[in-house]
Amino acid sequence: MEKIAVKNSFVEKLNTDFEVRSLDSVCINTSVLKHPWWYNIKYMVAGLLFGILLVKTEVISWFRIQEMFRFQSFHMYGVIGSAVLTAMMSVWLIKKFRIKTIYGEPIQLYKIRFSKGQVYGGLLFGFGWAMTGACPGPLFALIGSGTTVIIVTLLSAIAGTWVYGFFREKLPH
Amino acid sequence: MWNLFFVFGIAAGAFLAVTFLSNHQPINPDPKLVSELKDYGINDYSKLAPLDIFNWSSLFTVKGFVLMVVGGFLIGFGTRYAGGCTSGHSIMGLSNLQWPSLVATICFMIGGIVMANFILPSILRV
Repeated sequence: MEKIAVKNSFVEKLNTDFEVRSLDSVCINTSVLKHPWWYNIKYMVAGLLFGILLVKTEVISWFRIQEMFRFQSFHMYGVIGSAVLTAMMSVWLIKKFRIKTIYGEPIQLYKIRFSKGQVYGGLLFGFGWAMTGACPGPLFALIGSGTTVIIVTLLSAIAGTWVYGFFREKLPH
Repeated sequence: MWNLFFVFGIAAGAFLAVTFLSNHQPINPDPKLVSELKDYGINDYSKLAPLDIFNWSSLFTVKGFVLMVVGGFLIGFGTRYAGGCTSGHSIMGLSNLQWPSLVATICFMIGGIVMANFILPSILRV
């Protein structure tokens, strides 16, 4: 009985949010399970590994980003390319064997719908990427790596997300 | 909540990598880039970001402000407008064969190429 209730609220949550969710469906955890806060520590461990990887592969280096956009080195293409291949295999395995989360919930991968935002937003993001040499995740890694002034860049990026939210209705999508 | 733990982990992981897993070698990019950057007064390769520009005092110069504050704003605004970033679209979206993610990735690259080759040089010369 309890299980059905959980399932229903899960579906409802998806339906009500779908219009918004379909625009930024990535990186959203739709799990409705409630856990004590320390269950979140596993995400921190994943973050730790990701942070170490970002530093050691130098993909968060402004210099490597400049190389990439000037086609002077294979470095970034190699790292991102192998990440895509690894992710492709993971997605294939998840679909093939219907792998569930560690709590037994189904993993749902949403279709990404096209919007003009992917073009306009993508271009703006590309500008920012080349200027700062970082995208969202690496901002945190750069701060951790000791370039503390990137805190300002992070705050500015957060301001950017707010301004987007404010003008969302008026922007072409 | 989970994502705050995740990004805290990223920063902590980066700190660990720099402190305990580093061989303290400078970044060694392509010589063509090194000679180009020399013209802009960028000579410090000891950190992942060029300390000649990315430091607290240059935040109050035009160059530093544009690169760090305007650049940061574009990352945040662009990421939400595009509905994802490098990991969301280029890695996760492409691996799940979502064609809008390919569009986004191509636009990331076009934006970056245009900025790095045609606009950034004039900003760095300021």
